Amino acid sequence: MAHFDASMTPEQIKAAKMKTVVKVTAILAIVTIIEFIFAFAWPDGASRTPLNIIFVALTLVKAGYIIWEFMHLGHETKLLKFVILFPLLFLVWLLVALFDEGGAVVTAIQNW
Amino acid sequence: MSSSTTLKNPVITKWDGGERPMKATYGKLMMWFFLVSDAFTFASLLIAYGVVRYMHPAYEGPYSAFEFATSSENFYWPIPEKVFNAFPGLHGVDAPLMFVGLMTFILILSSVTMVLAVEAGERKSKAEVEKWMLWTIVGGITFLACQAWEWSHFIHGTDEGVIRDGVQIFGANLRENQYGPQLFASFFFFITGFHGIHVTSGVIINIVIFYNVVMGTYEERGTYEMIEKGGLYWHFVDLVWVFVFTFFYLV
Repeated sequence: MAHFDASMTPEQIKAAKMKTVVKVTAILAIVTIIEFIFAFAWPDGASRTPLNIIFVALTLVKAGYIIWEFMHLGHETKLLKFVILFPLLFLVWLLVALFDEGGAVVTAIQNW
Repeated sequence: MSSSTTLKNPVITKWDGGERPMKATYGKLMMWFFLVSDAFTFASLLIAYGVVRYMHPAYEGPYSAFEFATSSENFYWPIPEKVFNAFPGLHGVDAPLMFVGLMTFILILSSVTMVLAVEAGERKSKAEVEKWMLWTIVGGITFLACQAWEWSHFIHGTDEGVIRDGVQIFGANLRENQYGPQLFASFFFFITGFHGIHVTSGVIINIVIFYNVVMGTYEERGTYEMIEKGGLYWHFVDLVWVFVFTFFYLV
């Protein structure tokens, strides 16, 4: 979890790990609170597009910390990281393809 | 007569067996691969939600003046923070997203206690593993209870309901939906329900692991690796909720 090596005593390793756990917990809590602040402080009637981009970015920050530290992927071998993360790129394509399709369906319905 | 044979040393790579090229055990690898496939399922659901929402008209006007669609002529998608604005014990109070925020916080905390259980397992400290596993289970059950309340409120609806095309509707089910287009309710039931099923099975897995810890199964086995595998699944459930929270409740 944290950076430690064989020269450290078990107590030191535990202390280092606890430090990471506390840090990541604090980040997750703070990011969620920031999301709430944005959701309620956003001016009435203003375009929501920038807000949604902020939400997606903050979500990816949270997801990154959970995967990297809690699920420990950041400390696995390069190969394992690649094997797990690379297939997720296909989701980007799914997103693009389905939204394109959805737009075409809407156009088709409207021009019926 | 002489015979000589030259033996060529075969080239052995780390892929020829006897080694772990990814430095992870079989069980952990398989859990990761399962989680990747599960990530695809959840991502498909959330993307489908996005597409369907995109295909419906959006509410136009200031957020403060929002009310649920009253005519199927202009059947716009509801704003989530106007739908999920109830809090147990605060009847009639507008508390947008507060309860969902609390649920998020509970799930993140139970993820933290799971990390602590894994850490204690690496030190083979049985008593500490028991303590943190128990807290994780408590967190999971609390989350499920919150979700049950939220579903119940969603199904029963608000006091006034809504009058749409002259018909009064309270709450939502699979046939009618006070809050807006029918698909909004269907996606709510399906996405949060599918996630809830995952939490439920996660709680069951955690209870089994807790039982084995208490019985000393892992002590005997010499390794507490099962906690790590259960932990991966539990963190994944938390991870999915982070996305559901953003794409279903915030956006």
